[in-house]
Amino acid sequence: MRARIATALDSDFAYRFSRSPLAIVSVTVLLSLVLAAVFAPWIAPQDPFDPGALNLMNGFSPPGEANAFTGDSFWLGADEQGRDVFSTILHGMRISLFVGVFAVLFALVLGVTLGLLAGYLGGWVEAVIMRVADVQLTFPSILIAILIFGIAKGAIPVEHRDQMAIWVLIIAIGLSDWVQFARVVRGATLVEKGKEYVQAAQMVGRRPGGIMLRHILPNVLSPVLVIATISLALAIIAEATLSFLGVGAPPTQPSLGTLIRIGQGYLFSGEWWILLFPSLTLLALALSVNLLGDWLRDALNPRLK
Amino acid sequence: MLAYILRRLFQSVIVLLAVGLVAFAMFRFLGDPVDNLLGQEATQEDIDRLRGELGLDRSLPAQYFGFMARAAQGDFGVSYGQGRPVVDILLERLPATLELALVSGFFAIAIGIALGVATAIRRDGFVTQSVMALSLIGVSLPTFLIGILLIYVFSVELGWLPSFGRGRTVEIGWWTTGLLTASGLKALILPAITLGLYQMTLIMRLVRSEMLEVLRQDYIRFARARGLTKRAVHFRHALVNTLVPVTTVIGLQLGSIIAFGIVTETVFQWPGLGLAFINAVQFVDIPIMAAYLLLIAVMFVVINLIVDIAYIFIDPRLRIDPQEAGA
Amino acid sequence: MSASMRPAPVLSIRDLTVEIPTRRAVLRPVDGVTYDIRAGEILGVVGESGAGKSMAGNAVSGLLDPPARIAGGEIRLQGERIDTLPPDAIRRLRGSEIGMIFQDPGSSLNPLLKIGDQLTETMHTHLTLTRREARARAVAALEEVGIPAAAERIDSYPHEFSGGMRQRVVIALALAAEPSLVIADEPTTALDVSVQAQIIALLKRLCRERGMAVMLITHDIGVIVQAADHVAVMYAGRLAEIGAVRNVIRAPRHPYTAGLLASAPASSPGARRLRQIPGAMPGLGALPAGCAFHPRCERAGPRCTADPAPTLAAEAGRAACWHPLEGGA
Repeated sequence: MRARIATALDSDFAYRFSRSPLAIVSVTVLLSLVLAAVFAPWIAPQDPFDPGALNLMNGFSPPGEANAFTGDSFWLGADEQGRDVFSTILHGMRISLFVGVFAVLFALVLGVTLGLLAGYLGGWVEAVIMRVADVQLTFPSILIAILIFGIAKGAIPVEHRDQMAIWVLIIAIGLSDWVQFARVVRGATLVEKGKEYVQAAQMVGRRPGGIMLRHILPNVLSPVLVIATISLALAIIAEATLSFLGVGAPPTQPSLGTLIRIGQGYLFSGEWWILLFPSLTLLALALSVNLLGDWLRDALNPRLK
Repeated sequence: MLAYILRRLFQSVIVLLAVGLVAFAMFRFLGDPVDNLLGQEATQEDIDRLRGELGLDRSLPAQYFGFMARAAQGDFGVSYGQGRPVVDILLERLPATLELALVSGFFAIAIGIALGVATAIRRDGFVTQSVMALSLIGVSLPTFLIGILLIYVFSVELGWLPSFGRGRTVEIGWWTTGLLTASGLKALILPAITLGLYQMTLIMRLVRSEMLEVLRQDYIRFARARGLTKRAVHFRHALVNTLVPVTTVIGLQLGSIIAFGIVTETVFQWPGLGLAFINAVQFVDIPIMAAYLLLIAVMFVVINLIVDIAYIFIDPRLRIDPQEAGA
Repeated sequence: MSASMRPAPVLSIRDLTVEIPTRRAVLRPVDGVTYDIRAGEILGVVGESGAGKSMAGNAVSGLLDPPARIAGGEIRLQGERIDTLPPDAIRRLRGSEIGMIFQDPGSSLNPLLKIGDQLTETMHTHLTLTRREARARAVAALEEVGIPAAAERIDSYPHEFSGGMRQRVVIALALAAEPSLVIADEPTTALDVSVQAQIIALLKRLCRERGMAVMLITHDIGVIVQAADHVAVMYAGRLAEIGAVRNVIRAPRHPYTAGLLASAPASSPGARRLRQIPGAMPGLGALPAGCAFHPRCERAGPRCTADPAPTLAAEAGRAACWHPLEGGA
């Protein structure tokens, strides 16, 4: 393990990274945001979800100034309910990351499984899975996510909707994203299927499930990881967009997208901070993730070397 | 070639049937189909009659075909939220969405191609570098953020352009247009830019990379060797060859326009199909959701089909058998 | 015929040098090259890949890709200097006075345009014609290069022709505006052997009929023997030997030329192994001191490692060698 880290640090890749100011800045920004989100409960000055901690009189406090009534001051201002904007941003990022990571995990597990099945079993299993994948691909994934959210909303009784929203969001984004994993894995499985170690296992009489899991799976994982990282970036943006549209994280558990949606309502009435800070945070997140992803793609592209 | 066209047609029909199945399932199983069709105000007589008509006692496949048959005739039932026939609502909102999509598409294509060609011809240089840097930002930012930013700068700070709605519109027969009034045009600008920006950066980068690739080709060298003017080389030879793969991509961008259309319409409260759909999702208005789904599917399928067939006419090499030649 | 009575050459290159500045050193793919080509003559420029033959051709037509540039010498076309002309002037010469033919006919033609359109476009660029005149000329051009049913096929697309036919179209295109000099860069290399002979015959016929000067660049000495009147042998950017083909073939003076001839398949009929010149041509960044060929030369002596071989005068049937072979070797 140590040897592998040493070779990694010594590699061409690490060299190019240390030479590119863009990559370094992106990673720094990204890491700080992620760490802030993960440690939000400990960093945030206020727990925005605890009604007891809120004082409505703090509502609409501008950033930095001490509130005329209560004397509290908020670093980035307070929203209409007296919630500290800084805290809501931290927790909002937390939710965004949570949804993003789990959505990608879901898509990955679903896609890899279906891809393995399609590639290994072939026949009508493969045909059905691939047809469904093709049909789904003709539609934009956001649309599919919105649709799933809508269906779930119709199926879940009103009382539970807010609670379930996060999970529905994860499933919606995951279901809209599994196809690329399935395709890649199916392709790789087809390639591996013809190789000797698989035939050997088959002759010894191992069951298909065993062969798929223990032999084929480890060999098809590397392209999957690349797709997963890009998917994570897309999932975070997708979550922000869905929440902004109102079909994502609810106001009771707001993510950055929800905060921006709420903030837009106050654009003209002067409480600009409710909109601006969540927007800037999302901007930083999106930009750093994309720049890093772009740089990664160039660095890993064998053709450009 | 005929075989290819038939095959594509067949595929399209399958996709439509599949989407129809999803829409039907939503319609039938989520919420009450009778309510969906009649609205909340129906009498018991109506309900019983419709139950019989719908044949809710009939087998599911039969119901499915009934649903599709009605949909084909434009009957999508009655909206929960508004109590009006869905088809009326859709037709009312269609012009807004179409105008927005067309204007932003035009903007994206025109400027995208122009910038793409310009940055390919002048590969280095300050202007090119800055355009490329800005394009990276354009691709990374979520659309709604761009919209909000634009609103902040041009509506709140500068006060030049409206931040929501269509402005005053003019009715021509069944169509309403915002293109004929000053306020309508002003209202169109920010949403069109928001919707078109992502497309534009995509097209620009694609045109640039394709053109750089084309300019490396031997026939460009040969064209220069024959003494053709720079303009002839760049536009008559290089651009034409660049545009061939670009047109397919443009056609397939339709998906993005629909998706980002929903977002843009929400940001600017633009009274189009996308906004209607989102509102329907929020209020669980099943008839509108199902109808929108089918409508989108039809649009997609038709446009993809047109693009595929048009491509055959643009690239003469494909006229033999598109499946074989360089697919 | 004495020298003073011969017509002036169409193309005249004196001491041409092309340089490519790179980070580490300045490379010279063409170093002090001198030759003439007269009307109705074919000069074969032969050498291994990387010897600089194509670069010299590109320099003449002004198609050097930067950072490569002409660093010295003169290029005269019909007696006028062209290496000092501004880019637009050179562009006008291309096609109207200088025609070029490249190696791969498949990629030389724009796949999306009909060949008729590509022909008339070239004509309209350089000549003043009506559309009908241009089209008639295009049909005539196709007929002249041997395309059957030219009047119908003028509206065909490149992919509808075979490789040999495509090269004929390319030749028609290069000659469309009736240039006086044609530079053919490996015109037969990408073609089947059976078709090669036809294309060479076509080039020869057109050259004679129109009185063009032809620079035929190739690495295949067999092509030179079939087609050329004179031959210039290049090695590592410099001229090794120049002279009339039959003289050089019968009695090569430069050891490298002798080695090239000996290694051609035709000179060892029935032999199981082809004779090779040992070693490989050095890269431009690693040229040996003195004569560039000396590490591979059997005849190398002390002078060869110190002084670069003498540069040649255009007329001489001489070799750039300190120990040239005497006739019959």
